[in-house]
Amino acid sequence: MAVEMLSYIDRQSPIHRLTGVTKLICFMIWSSIAMLTYDTRILVCLFLFSIFVFIISKVKLKEVAFVLLFILFFLMINNVAIYVFSPQEGVKIYGTSHVLFEIGGRYTITIEQLFYQMNVTLKYFTVIPAAILFIVTTNPSEFAASLNRIGVSYRISYAVALALRYIPDIQRDFRNISLSQQARGIDMSRKEKLTKRIKNAASIIVPLILSSLDKIEVISNAMELRGFGKNKKRSWYRARPFQKIDVITIILFVLILLVSFYVTLHDGNRFYNPF
Amino acid sequence: MKKPVIQFENYSFQYRSQAKPTLNDINLTIYEGEKVLIVGPSGSGKSTLGHCINGLVPFSYKGEVSGRLKISGEDVRELDIFSLSKKVGTVLQDPDGQFIGLTVAEDIAFALENDYTPQTQMFNKVAEVSKMVEMENFLDSSLHHLSGGQKQRVSLAGVMVDDVEILLFDEPLANLDPATGKYAIELIERIQQETKKTVVIIEHRLEDVLHCPVDRIIVVDDGRIISDMTPDELLASPILEECSIREPLYVKAAKYAGCAITSDMYPARIDSFQVDDCKDKLADWFIKVNGPQPKVKTETILELNNIDFGYTSGKRTICGVSFSIEKGEMVSIVGKNGAGKSTLSKLICGFEKPSSGRIYYRGLDITEDTIKDRASRIGIVMQNPNQMISKQMIYDEVALGLILRGVPEAEIKDRVFKTLKICGLYPFRNWPISALSFGQKKRVTIASILVLEPEVIILDEPTAGQDFRHYTEIMEFLVELNRQGVTIIMITHDMHLMLEYTPRAIVIAGGTKLADDTAVNVLADSSIINEANLKETSLFELALRAGISEPKEFVDRFIAYDREVRQKWQ
Amino acid sequence: MKNNLLSIKTIVAIGIGAAVFVILGRFAVIPTGVPNTNFDTSYGFLALMAVVFGPIAGGLIGLIGHALKDAIFYGTPWWSWVLVSGIVGFLIGLVSKKINIEAGNFNVKKMILFNVVQIIVQAIGWFLIAPSLDVFIYAEPANKVYLQGMVAGGLNMVTVAVLGTLLLGIYAKSRSQSGSLIKED
Repeated sequence: MAVEMLSYIDRQSPIHRLTGVTKLICFMIWSSIAMLTYDTRILVCLFLFSIFVFIISKVKLKEVAFVLLFILFFLMINNVAIYVFSPQEGVKIYGTSHVLFEIGGRYTITIEQLFYQMNVTLKYFTVIPAAILFIVTTNPSEFAASLNRIGVSYRISYAVALALRYIPDIQRDFRNISLSQQARGIDMSRKEKLTKRIKNAASIIVPLILSSLDKIEVISNAMELRGFGKNKKRSWYRARPFQKIDVITIILFVLILLVSFYVTLHDGNRFYNPF
Repeated sequence: MKKPVIQFENYSFQYRSQAKPTLNDINLTIYEGEKVLIVGPSGSGKSTLGHCINGLVPFSYKGEVSGRLKISGEDVRELDIFSLSKKVGTVLQDPDGQFIGLTVAEDIAFALENDYTPQTQMFNKVAEVSKMVEMENFLDSSLHHLSGGQKQRVSLAGVMVDDVEILLFDEPLANLDPATGKYAIELIERIQQETKKTVVIIEHRLEDVLHCPVDRIIVVDDGRIISDMTPDELLASPILEECSIREPLYVKAAKYAGCAITSDMYPARIDSFQVDDCKDKLADWFIKVNGPQPKVKTETILELNNIDFGYTSGKRTICGVSFSIEKGEMVSIVGKNGAGKSTLSKLICGFEKPSSGRIYYRGLDITEDTIKDRASRIGIVMQNPNQMISKQMIYDEVALGLILRGVPEAEIKDRVFKTLKICGLYPFRNWPISALSFGQKKRVTIASILVLEPEVIILDEPTAGQDFRHYTEIMEFLVELNRQGVTIIMITHDMHLMLEYTPRAIVIAGGTKLADDTAVNVLADSSIINEANLKETSLFELALRAGISEPKEFVDRFIAYDREVRQKWQ
Repeated sequence: MKNNLLSIKTIVAIGIGAAVFVILGRFAVIPTGVPNTNFDTSYGFLALMAVVFGPIAGGLIGLIGHALKDAIFYGTPWWSWVLVSGIVGFLIGLVSKKINIEAGNFNVKKMILFNVVQIIVQAIGWFLIAPSLDVFIYAEPANKVYLQGMVAGGLNMVTVAVLGTLLLGIYAKSRSQSGSLIKED
């Protein structure tokens, strides 16, 4: 199954050197800003900043191109959908209507609508480089330790580590089961009728789920025998200590957060209105 | 006076869900620094005995305990599973289940992390222990890049970080190829020598464990301890045969020849075994018994021509493999873990497409056929039956392939019943699959392939994890199918299976075909053995030492004779 | 240990459950025939896990599974829907005590209870919470996101009704001891 997925890319860069905790906190700050603000000025600044960070990280565009292409495609569809469902959303938000050209009734194109949709798109562009970077520069081993460090219980943090550990195994099982069921004549393509497709899917899913449930027993025995859950706290082999650069980075991001909030909210509206 | 570390006193245990006790009145003492092997057929209670020692019974598997169990002097009832895990380190059978960490170092450090050990201390300990199991150069490797043997070494290191007193191995050889298994046994021996820990091994591959000395062997059957003696004494007794545990082959051969085995012949290992007194008997027996019937040549049914394949471009998993298989043959494809055996079977079934080369079926080019088209000619049975079964009732499961092919209902019923009869499942036809044993489930999966009437069946490790009795049952069933004309290809790393059941073996190493010969010839060639991680059979050595001039023929005759004997206990 | 809300088994169930959720959600989606709408089988599985392992496991499998799936395959988690997956898993898990699947029977009464609950829970999640969050966080047009919520929620209800019920039935059967089986000639 040549389906690509994002995974850790091992490289020497200032971004890689930051601890997982720092990256996790910064990623959360970044996501919060991008979720809340619709202020074009901030979005543009954030976008440019995230491009800058992406360049320092030494991650090549080629390595994540498949995800970017998917996202661009998704954004296109989403933009069309927004326009189809609500062609005057921008007018509603900004309160003015500068008609660009008429195409009969509600589908008249306004500058406000274009501006609004540009903002929606920009919002994604702001968060995407940061999200991708977070995924490809954080060693999965360190991720659980980081979650624990920011206050998530270590039991739940470890559940996340287990999920990351077993995704490739489950994917391999899924492929094997699916192939052997296809050999018995199951057709997963669109050729079949819908009800039949559901039945067919069940004959692949059921063995996958039952064999995964068996795994739970084996793994929990193994963990119990090695003393998991014994203490209130747990240390992490892959945890890394904070460096000066981590502290500086976090302070920088908190400042960005404060500035963004101030700029966004000081006029009582999430939207920047140039009209 | 040695210090006892494991003491069972009148100990019985009954699982909550079961009607009868699994362990009955066990009395057993194991002393500090001993190396003890526990053997027994599946369902005998030997694994439960292991669970009692490491605390899974009764802390994780609930049930009723009576009698007493003391681990290093302390009553288990006063302990909990965590303090027990500081005394007993367990290496489980399934390395993929036991390997919890994302990388080698993390997995080794797992127990230390749970103890809230400071990081620097962890680094030191992991470095120290990984060196002991020779994994120090792989600390940052992800487990997906390790072989089965390496994973097991990591598991061992993972329990050794705790400075446990007792090392418990639950079927350590189950998933390893022969050479890796041999290495694992040597590693356990070395670590015991260095650390003087008490070692308990639960395993049914007796001959392989005896590659290195053990102090005592405990035989468990039907929840009771049948015997507790030294290996030499045990092999001189008839106990193993009575419990249907496979004896070392050289001992079996000597017994067939009519030699009386006594403990002062040191039968525990082939190199210590005194054969002088049996030489004549072995020679006589060799002349008396018949070899296997030679197979008549038939037509070619499957042909691979110069197959190349790689999962990622630039890296080839299979390079230029060619061979042909005749109708009615029974062939094994052998080689070490990761040599490309499974990939080859996927190519034959059309799960993967070769990057170059052709595949012919009865002279017809089928390289471009779909999976479904190919499946009516060539069926594949996967190693784990739980990954194939999707229905709840046996009948529905077996009928699935026919229903999907739109076969009329009356015919489906006929064919399913006929197949169920062949597979010995007819009496169970209305049972839910969940009520079947592992071996029976395996048969259901074979039946569900067989019902499509393929002429060739490929089986991936058909007997993995089965004890001697079930092994014989499954294999004799396959032989019967073969007699009815089905061509059978087996992918295996069980040397004895190959020797015993498949006259011909194709050896794969590093994605190329290393040899294609009779099974006996393959095992007589030391360069093939080394390159493909196989292991010589002790029968050769016995034949050589007994002065028999044709050792290969001796092996053949032994196998033919042994199978005949075993067919009687079907 | 036993009093702990999260036993080791539950933690492992969350980890493995999230991994299975990711794989099903990525590879085992059944196209309905209408472009861009799928039956997402992972929700049938989520319902099973929630009933078997309880609300906390259900909630965390939904949350972690959905976030990881979005992150590794699509580049960024779509937080509003991730949150709803968690809520749906948690709320379905609330009936786990009542259904008590470990006892080995999943009769018509329990089947109805399960389906009534899953439909209510998913209606709240997909028709109400998910689109409202979309409007609030992403300021998307309301009529668009409510329609998206309706379609996805409706499909998920059907998936859970068909697949979730089927899986629970199979699971219950695998728990019951079959003492009454006789070999037939």
